Amino acid sequence: MLDTNKDSLKLEAMKRIVAMIARGKNASDLFPAVVKNVACKNIEVKKLVYVYLVRYAEEQQDLALLSISTFQRGLKDPNQLIRASALRVLSSIRVPIIVPIMMLAIKEAASDMSPYVRKTAAHAIPKLYSLDSDQKDQLIEVIEKLLADKTTLVAGSVVMAFEEVCPERIDLIHKNYRKLCNLLIDVEEWGQVVIISMLTRYARTQFLSPTQNESLLEENAEKAFYGSEEDEAKGAGSEETAAAALPARKPYIMDPDHRLLLRNTKPLLQSRSAAVVMAVAQLYFHLAPKAEVGVIAKALVRLLRSHSEVQYVVLQNVATMSIKRRGMFEPYLKSFYIRSTDPTQIKILKLEVLTNLANETNIPTVLREFQTYIRSMDKDFVAATIQAIGRCATNIGRVRDTCLNGLVQLLSNRDELVVAESVVVIKKLLQMQPAQHGEIIKHLAKLTDNIQVPMARASILWLIGEYCEHVPRIAPDVLRKMAKSFTAEEDIVKLQVINLAAKLYLTNSKQTKLLTQYVLSLAKYDQNYDIRDRARFTRQLIVPSEQGGALSRHAKKLFLAPKPAPVLESSFKDRDHFQLGSLSHLLNAKATGYQELPDWPEEAPDPSVRNVEVPEWTKCSNREKRKEKEKPFYSDSEGESGPTESADSDPESESESDSKSSSESGSGESSSESDNEDQDEDEEKGRGSESEQSEEDGKRKTKKKKVPEGKGEASSSDEDSDSSSSTSESEMTSESEEEQLEPASWRRKTPPSSKRAPATKEISLLDLEDFTPPSVQPVSPPAIVSTSLAADLEGLTLTDSTLVPSLLSPVSCVGRQELLHRVAGEGLVVDYTFSRQPFSGDPHMVSVHIHFSNSSDTPIKGLHVGTPKLPAGISIQEFPEIESLAPGESATAVMGINFCDSTQAANFQLCTQTRQFYVSIQPPVGELMAPVFMSENEFKKEQGKLMGMNEITEKLMLPDTCRSDHIVVQKVTATANLGRVPCGTSDEYRFAGRTLTSGSLVLLTLDARPAGAAQLTVNSEKMVIGTMLVKDVIQALTQ
Amino acid sequence: MIHSLFLINSSGDIFLEKHWKSVVSRSVCDYFFEAQERATEAENVPPVIPTPHHYLLSVYRHKIFFVAVIQTEVPPLFVIEFLHRVVDTFQDYFGVCSEPVIKDNVVVVYEVLEEMLDNGFPLATESNILKELIKPPTILRTVVNTITGSTNVGDQLPTGQLSVVPWRRTGVKYTNNEAYFDVIEEIDAIIDKSGSTITAEIQGVIDACVKLTGMPDLTLSFMNPRLLDDVSFHPCVRFKRWESERILSFIPPDGNFRLLSYHVSAQNLVAIPVYVKHNISFRDSSSLGRFEITVGPKQTMGKTIEGVTVTSQMPKGVLNMSLTPSQGTHTFDPVTKMLSWDVGKINPQKPPNLKGTMSLQAGASKPDENPTINLQFKIQQLAISGLKVNRLDMYGEKYKPFKGIKYMTKAGKFQVRT
Repeated sequence: MLDTNKDSLKLEAMKRIVAMIARGKNASDLFPAVVKNVACKNIEVKKLVYVYLVRYAEEQQDLALLSISTFQRGLKDPNQLIRASALRVLSSIRVPIIVPIMMLAIKEAASDMSPYVRKTAAHAIPKLYSLDSDQKDQLIEVIEKLLADKTTLVAGSVVMAFEEVCPERIDLIHKNYRKLCNLLIDVEEWGQVVIISMLTRYARTQFLSPTQNESLLEENAEKAFYGSEEDEAKGAGSEETAAAALPARKPYIMDPDHRLLLRNTKPLLQSRSAAVVMAVAQLYFHLAPKAEVGVIAKALVRLLRSHSEVQYVVLQNVATMSIKRRGMFEPYLKSFYIRSTDPTQIKILKLEVLTNLANETNIPTVLREFQTYIRSMDKDFVAATIQAIGRCATNIGRVRDTCLNGLVQLLSNRDELVVAESVVVIKKLLQMQPAQHGEIIKHLAKLTDNIQVPMARASILWLIGEYCEHVPRIAPDVLRKMAKSFTAEEDIVKLQVINLAAKLYLTNSKQTKLLTQYVLSLAKYDQNYDIRDRARFTRQLIVPSEQGGALSRHAKKLFLAPKPAPVLESSFKDRDHFQLGSLSHLLNAKATGYQELPDWPEEAPDPSVRNVEVPEWTKCSNREKRKEKEKPFYSDSEGESGPTESADSDPESESESDSKSSSESGSGESSSESDNEDQDEDEEKGRGSESEQSEEDGKRKTKKKKVPEGKGEASSSDEDSDSSSSTSESEMTSESEEEQLEPASWRRKTPPSSKRAPATKEISLLDLEDFTPPSVQPVSPPAIVSTSLAADLEGLTLTDSTLVPSLLSPVSCVGRQELLHRVAGEGLVVDYTFSRQPFSGDPHMVSVHIHFSNSSDTPIKGLHVGTPKLPAGISIQEFPEIESLAPGESATAVMGINFCDSTQAANFQLCTQTRQFYVSIQPPVGELMAPVFMSENEFKKEQGKLMGMNEITEKLMLPDTCRSDHIVVQKVTATANLGRVPCGTSDEYRFAGRTLTSGSLVLLTLDARPAGAAQLTVNSEKMVIGTMLVKDVIQALTQ
Repeated sequence: MIHSLFLINSSGDIFLEKHWKSVVSRSVCDYFFEAQERATEAENVPPVIPTPHHYLLSVYRHKIFFVAVIQTEVPPLFVIEFLHRVVDTFQDYFGVCSEPVIKDNVVVVYEVLEEMLDNGFPLATESNILKELIKPPTILRTVVNTITGSTNVGDQLPTGQLSVVPWRRTGVKYTNNEAYFDVIEEIDAIIDKSGSTITAEIQGVIDACVKLTGMPDLTLSFMNPRLLDDVSFHPCVRFKRWESERILSFIPPDGNFRLLSYHVSAQNLVAIPVYVKHNISFRDSSSLGRFEITVGPKQTMGKTIEGVTVTSQMPKGVLNMSLTPSQGTHTFDPVTKMLSWDVGKINPQKPPNLKGTMSLQAGASKPDENPTINLQFKIQQLAISGLKVNRLDMYGEKYKPFKGIKYMTKAGKFQVRT
């Protein structure tokens, strides 16, 4: 049929042939006929021909060569799938002659465009290797090339090839280690298994053992935990930094690469594939510090629900793990309870695990469970349970007696097997404390009549012999009985009879001399040579004779030496030197091709081998992209940060304006700097921002680089807040809105932190304009903050000052308003400014800085706020009493006033010990609001809602002096505490804020036309505020 | 890795063999047969059998042994997991996985196996991709094939293998777009003689049947995701989203698949929906024993318990049983000593009851152990853990799919010790 032209007939024929192959029948006679069809057009015929070819090519090499040209043609096909399948079949034909062709094909395919073809090439490598191992060197080259591949499709296959061809060439992994770790989660599950087990071995050679110094571990774990917040920005650079920043101060520091591996494999515990879960579990078991191994327990317990074969393998591994790390599985004790429907092998393994897990606290429950098991119908299982009880008894001294009693009760069981097993276990237990258990031995002695199982009989005899002093009467009697039945006993029993006889002869020769002689003579003619030997040997020893005198004198010592109690231990005890989850571990024997799990190195090998040059590294290019992306985003942010800044400090001060302009020109940094109101800070700031201006571009770059790098690492340290907020400032645009809306919440979070330390740090940060990122990191690692975190930290710096008012230095004086004149105040001068910082106690309050200075000759004492007389709704949060103000001194205090969104004055009394002054603070309308950050779209949306009555529009002419961008912005923000909204067009300015008390939006738009004409629009629910604001702003702009 | 695969039926015939590397002789299976004999019961055959040159790893499903032959060190779970995947694929292809079906479709089986492994390393194991490569046989297609002479082998190339979502085939089209999710929970419990719970846990799965056109992106959210303690996902689920928001976000494979399996945390007390009252006693002297079981509802949240079956392996000494059920039917197999009672629905007013006597082997002593009772039941429209799906949203496609969610509680390994 194969010769016909009809495809359907050919197909039918091929199907029959394949069916023959499947049944294992030989179809090799048809080879020539089949090979002809290799070029057949019909795909199914073709496929079946391939199946046939691969199966029989080895046997008919010459004929197989006929088909090669077809595949060679296929290798050049434009379709990647055809190329791949041609390579696949070609490499599957095991004909040594075509090795060069295969080699060529693999090399070509390894640099193919399509990852799928490259994957096939990776698959072909082990095939060729098994065909001709001389090609190894060339193949390693190909592997090396493919290892550098960045696609997930290839990764699994090439690591598999690596494992099969050159598992010892660990040096090939260095450069690809981080990539593999990062790709891992996206690789298909089979590849994951292979990669994980390879990485386990790799990690064992490259990192230090995490368990060698447990106490210091906590800290590291902590840090790494923060590190996990970042998603992808984990570039090579950051690791270097971290490695450099954490020098050998501590005895053990986990290599960041080590941590990377642990972190990236953890999600895979959730995989549906049992093999992957097991692979991760063994990785954690072998590599993770003790504290972290626990996470795998849950996943492993989950696998116990799976098919019984999976259970079998998992339980084997759990058994090994539970010996080493008992605590890990203790919470899951009940999951190992045995069901009557479990297959016996599973039952026994579960029993093993239960025994390993038993400890002082849970032993009662475990033993109760065991009791039910003993009554099971499955006798093998019952026997195993008795063994398990014995092991529990040896391990936990407290329950030994209970166990022993229980086992003795079992001696009356009807099932012989159970009894026998109990005897054996009892024997072992008794050995530990024989003195107290004469009764049990007697009981056992009685049982010799009934028990037939040789092992049990032997055990009883041994026991009696060993402790014949405790049962002096019964022992000879037992020997008598045994002598009677000696010939009928099993070998093992006979040996013990001889043993017993010898021991009795030595201790009680009067009664037993004849019996012993008799037994020995019986043994002398036994069929088994072991027994004959033993008899002869014993006779020589115990019966005094002429030559052996020397020995027989010591016979007692020889026979009745105290023997150490046997240790009942798990058969899984030392299995963990095999890599868990491996075949070798399961069999407890080395399988072919098993790669020994190396021990941890003493000294960590150089971690820098894993560093990769930037261009090779995919993530790096990501970072580059990110940088690009961030630039526009960044310049948006400057406008926003501008207002915050001017709110914080006085805009008119020289240094401020400097820093301000710099902020306009592009670095968002200055805003956080300006939070610091220290005098010398101001100076520093000035310097810093000047230099910034000059260095602007370069610096921005370095800073940008820094931001993604150390992400998250420094966020742990509070002292760092300043530097971190300055670096992260650029990131905080979107989230900062949130920050402004909920000032109270973040203010509460802020811990009081010392101000000095951050200040100095900041200086260092600023002064080093073109530092190289890794080396100059401050002691604590670089600040990397997620946006929300940035907001938090921002708040932190802001509130520093409010929380520690005594440290505040006076804000430069231009924005000050007089509260109390020198004359009226009799030497006490009081000024106030609106600090524009959120008030720490109540978000609805405007925070007012009050500056006192004493220009009189006498100290002023007991400065405080007296009974305020306030209009409805207005409330005051008083400042803490100032105890004393020496002549010439000045002090600052912060108070909060809730103006209730009105410009009514707050009247209150300012009291000293001697006088009371009536004062009032009337806020400008611009101070009744706080900036809000929003996007242009949001702005437009909100504006749309506030039309009509709520919109106030006014036309104005901008004077020449205030046509430049930053002056306009500065003037508006100086007048009103608003935040700038990024804006698409150049001559439009938008600002947004919320009133403090009611939180209603205030939106301000300034549309500057050419030649100075401009239109000002304010949208606000509070029409009064709107009108006043328009007036104020126009006044500010036109002046 | 995997050298060869042998399929062996329960009577010990090798009815299919497939080799991915050089041929391994059938005789290697002799070791397996030896182990099989030693194990007496099929499920007791050790999954891993070492032989002098090879290792045999086997799984037993649908009364067929799937024996993989390997030569070098491989993680055993890797092979076992793969074998199970093979069985699942067969089941997916042919509906059932049994000896006659495999024999009938030997060519398709062979083609599928060829695609699943390359040189012993798994290549394509997602059933969506395999189906694109080799179309599963249907009656219609067989008829059409015989008439037109077209083939089972997909004529378009398997593009799915190359895509970023390898589990989904491309170009899916349906006229009715539907997505069904079944939340199925199983209660595993061991109940003590006195009726108190020794251990009980809930294991749940969400099985989905998604037939949606194009490349839909689904999100599924729960009312109470905190209940889920330990979860494992189909690879399509975006792990990050789950970590951060506890939302399942995924591009589903086409057709049936298991989206998620979970474990309900052990802290939550498990409501046991049924109780079993039993009174089984053997007397030493007489050759008769009394037997009585009553099954009744307990904590069912107002739902009816259906499909109740009680099975129990009686001790060897029991010769026969004469029982009368108040409802349902019962059988006792005197050879295997297996008692099974098909109860059906439980009426809370009249709890079903099975009562009668056992005749014991004369002269034999009474068995040590009372039989364990295994229980099966189903409760529709209830997830016993209280898990509730909040909503299902679809993005990426324009049409409105039909969505359905079904809850069900079942007994898993539910045993009552007596």
